[in-house]
Amino acid sequence: MMAALIFVASLATLWMFFVSYCRSLMASSSRHPLSAEVRDVTGIGAAASAGDYRRVMQLLQLCPERQDDRTGLQAVNIYHLFLTATRKMFAWMAPSLRSWADHEQACCAYFAAVALDRRIAHNRELLAQQDNL
Amino acid sequence: MEGDGPGRKESMPGPLGLTIWFLGTVFELMFVVCSLARKSFIRYFPLNLYLILSTSVSIARFFILSTYGNRSDQYMYFYYYSDALLTLALYIALISLYSHVLGELRAGAYVKWVAVLLLLGTAGFSYAVVVQSTARLSTSFAYQLSQNLYFVGLVLTYILWGAVLKLRETRTRLVQIILSLGLYFSGYAASYALLNFSGEYSVSRYLCPLLGCFLPLSWSLTILRYDDESRLVPARLVAVPR
Repeated sequence: MMAALIFVASLATLWMFFVSYCRSLMASSSRHPLSAEVRDVTGIGAAASAGDYRRVMQLLQLCPERQDDRTGLQAVNIYHLFLTATRKMFAWMAPSLRSWADHEQACCAYFAAVALDRRIAHNRELLAQQDNL
Repeated sequence: MEGDGPGRKESMPGPLGLTIWFLGTVFELMFVVCSLARKSFIRYFPLNLYLILSTSVSIARFFILSTYGNRSDQYMYFYYYSDALLTLALYIALISLYSHVLGELRAGAYVKWVAVLLLLGTAGFSYAVVVQSTARLSTSFAYQLSQNLYFVGLVLTYILWGAVLKLRETRTRLVQIILSLGLYFSGYAASYALLNFSGEYSVSRYLCPLLGCFLPLSWSLTILRYDDESRLVPARLVAVPR
């Protein structure tokens, strides 16, 4: 009984810290302005929306990877999956939950778009270095 | 054929266990190297000290394990005493994070006193638990202290996270180091509880070593990815916007 109680309580704190960790990852890139090029490619206008995430992730898969953004993207991807599940399972109970999940998924999409922007810039730099050689 | 008593030499952990162990040690070293490379070694000295100690203990445990086996008295004593030492070092690292967060309030002296009192209280409680029930007093005390400090660590990390939100902390590095620690402590508590359900011989026994890999890896990535000047928007940290 005690072990079950500890298990449930620690799972709750684990989840709370995981959500906050993902939010801190996304918050660190929220000030990064997207280039006009990435806005064009992704179709993100003034603000990202929940539906943009999948498209941005597909574009990210086409772009050569950078080592330092992989783990952050994986964590946000898990968070996005959780949001999708929450939206499907519980949104009918509370409409505010749906709008919260939409807002969070939009943040995930913006984070992925910033990662795409950085990857493109990084690859451009590499190409420029190759040209110089 | 060897007996079942103390000193019995058992085989080494399997390839998966050894791989996780090796990776954990590599990640611990990686954090120290990253701190040195990013000139943050002194700033986060208690974290570095914990991981240097952890690396040394890991290497020493490996040698004792390969010499005496994992059911030997030598390995058992070394395991429990070194675990208590590492938990103490992690506790000090956690208190140092309090000093970082509360630094601007000039509450450093209070934090140290409260930390010492809390540690003494935990040690006293652990002693009271084991004093009447066991013959191997010092080993049981080390084990009990380690367990209780982990629980205190989880509660303290939770409170620290509350302080981060309340004080609207903006330093990205600090926020992510604290969150990684929170994930580590709560994951550890969950896997210990799971171990009680599922027994020793299941996949859950790999969870604790995996978490041991996660903490230094996550800290290393934080140190590599952000510098001390990196800031985030504190309002974005709360799950429900205020």
